[in-house]
Amino acid sequence: MSEHILEVNNLAVSIPVPSGMLRPVQNISLHVDRGETLCIVGESGCGKSLTSLAIMDLLPQKAVRTADAIKLAGEELKDARERTMADVRGNRMSMIFQEPMTSLNPAYTVGTQLAEALRRHKPVSANEARDRAIYLLEKVGITAAASRLGQYPHQLSGGLRQRVMIAMALMCGPDLIIADEPTTALDVTIQAQILHLLAELQDEFDMGLILITHDLGVVARIADRVAVMYAGQFVENGTAEQVFGSPAHPYTRGLLDCIPIPGKTSPGERLGAIPGIVPSLVGHMPGCHFASRCPLVSNDCAQQSIPMRDGSGAGHVFRCLLDQKDTEAVSYKGAA
Amino acid sequence: MLVFAVKRFGVAVLVALTVSILSFSMMYLSGDPAIALAGEGSSQEDIENVRRVYGFDRPIIVQYGDWLWNALHGNLGHSNYLKSDVASVIFERLPTTMLLGACALGFALVLSIPLGVVAAIRPNSLIDRVALTIAVIGQAMPSFWFALTMILWFSITWRLLPITGTDSWKNFIMPSIALGYYVTPAVMRLTRAGMLEVLSSDYIRTARAKGLRPMTVLFKHALRNAIIPVVSLAAVQFGFMLGGSIVIETIFAINGLGFLAWESILRADLPMMQAIVLVLSVFYIFLTFFADMLNAFLDPRIRVA
Repeated sequence: MSEHILEVNNLAVSIPVPSGMLRPVQNISLHVDRGETLCIVGESGCGKSLTSLAIMDLLPQKAVRTADAIKLAGEELKDARERTMADVRGNRMSMIFQEPMTSLNPAYTVGTQLAEALRRHKPVSANEARDRAIYLLEKVGITAAASRLGQYPHQLSGGLRQRVMIAMALMCGPDLIIADEPTTALDVTIQAQILHLLAELQDEFDMGLILITHDLGVVARIADRVAVMYAGQFVENGTAEQVFGSPAHPYTRGLLDCIPIPGKTSPGERLGAIPGIVPSLVGHMPGCHFASRCPLVSNDCAQQSIPMRDGSGAGHVFRCLLDQKDTEAVSYKGAA
Repeated sequence: MLVFAVKRFGVAVLVALTVSILSFSMMYLSGDPAIALAGEGSSQEDIENVRRVYGFDRPIIVQYGDWLWNALHGNLGHSNYLKSDVASVIFERLPTTMLLGACALGFALVLSIPLGVVAAIRPNSLIDRVALTIAVIGQAMPSFWFALTMILWFSITWRLLPITGTDSWKNFIMPSIALGYYVTPAVMRLTRAGMLEVLSSDYIRTARAKGLRPMTVLFKHALRNAIIPVVSLAAVQFGFMLGGSIVIETIFAINGLGFLAWESILRADLPMMQAIVLVLSVFYIFLTFFADMLNAFLDPRIRVA
């Protein structure tokens, strides 16, 4: 088996807050291969964005990152100095953010900002950078690409800006792209286009893609593998088929109950809702993070830390004491 | 850009006209100018004579038109005290004041912008507190007192710098610092606030995600955006310094416009005061116009519709 493009082991982020230590990201392990799409799903505030920023080493100053391994194409980056990371960012590993309206510098033209990304990392002339920018703008579906180079971000729509951001992420031909909810701020019609675009480009350039989203419909269409995140931890991780076809963790089942499925959800049927709220992540929390909301909770759940385990032996791992068949009965429909 | 420039210029001209009306009416604010000109104890006949000779008997709108026409041709009136042309005296003094203002502004910017940037990079750090202290002192200390303190130390105690005159560049050191220091707090705090806001913005995160070097992120991406409001402030402050140098020029006996204004007030030289107000106001108006143009250059959202 070929080497993973990205391999992360036991990643954690902690942030000191007045009431103690906030642990928004805990025990995250993941890997992505070339040409593979890993979707990280979970509700707002579960730590998806911080996970991606932690991988890029772009966390806020106060946040502390720890990990057993963060390997990019085999190279260990967990203790890399800022200088090394700056050489990696935008070059071998790029990121696309969720706010296209504010993610481009208003003072510089699109062309300047695109060329800058390439010329920082590769010894190319201004003309070569310009040609590459035009090539990629066309790739991301922008017409009259050459004339766009002289335009400023405020002259572009949100959809166009996100396309520019994608082109910018591709400038150096990275091995891995992390897209943090790239379509959240866009119109629904544009959302689908951008996602298709990302999937196409990933195929064409043979990159690894981590897509962070809370849109399960999107995930079902483009994910190779899915990681479900809850309260700072992955609770389930497997192929899209495994996670959607036979969800093992009660939280994953809850998530799936909350969305309508064409052909399965009948008209007038009530969607599910998971009762309760996400627990505070300040301080150390033993046991299952989902215990307070889980309909199958037992005394054991809150006592011990629960490791990810492979229930079937097929790489479908989940963080629950129960087996996949035990959680099948869980339904949240009508719970609220 | 051109449309914006023309519009903005039109506004500047309108404001200048308004100021000219105010400046013109100064002559009437202090009472009947004919009586003032004729002097104390003159007869009614003399006053009427003066009124006719100087044209004060014409309708006020005609007088204003006449005055404005002359002013536009560089004829700002005649000083009764100096017995000479007001314009030539003013333009003789103006370069000194401009030089002082430029030095003071330069000092203020060189001190305050780097301090503001450093304070923003490390908010609430020691250097931020030091910068804040400098700002508070600058804001609280009257400039005349600061000037006198400097004279006491640098000229009298240590005998390093000359106190008065404009003979060499050394003469400009203390006045520039005294005048510029007063402007420092505002510029520093605005730079700091602007940098803090910009540094936490999404496009700075993008710049870092591109792997740009910290200095590139800081200066090319952050400062460029944070400096925009500072430009407007600096232009306004430069205008204040030209007018506000009255105190400093008087203390250091610098033969500039401020000193002239102070002398004219003491001499009740009305045409001179009127002309100084007009010249400084027009100057101020064009400074703000210039600042707007510079802003448009820095911020494409203004320039490119």
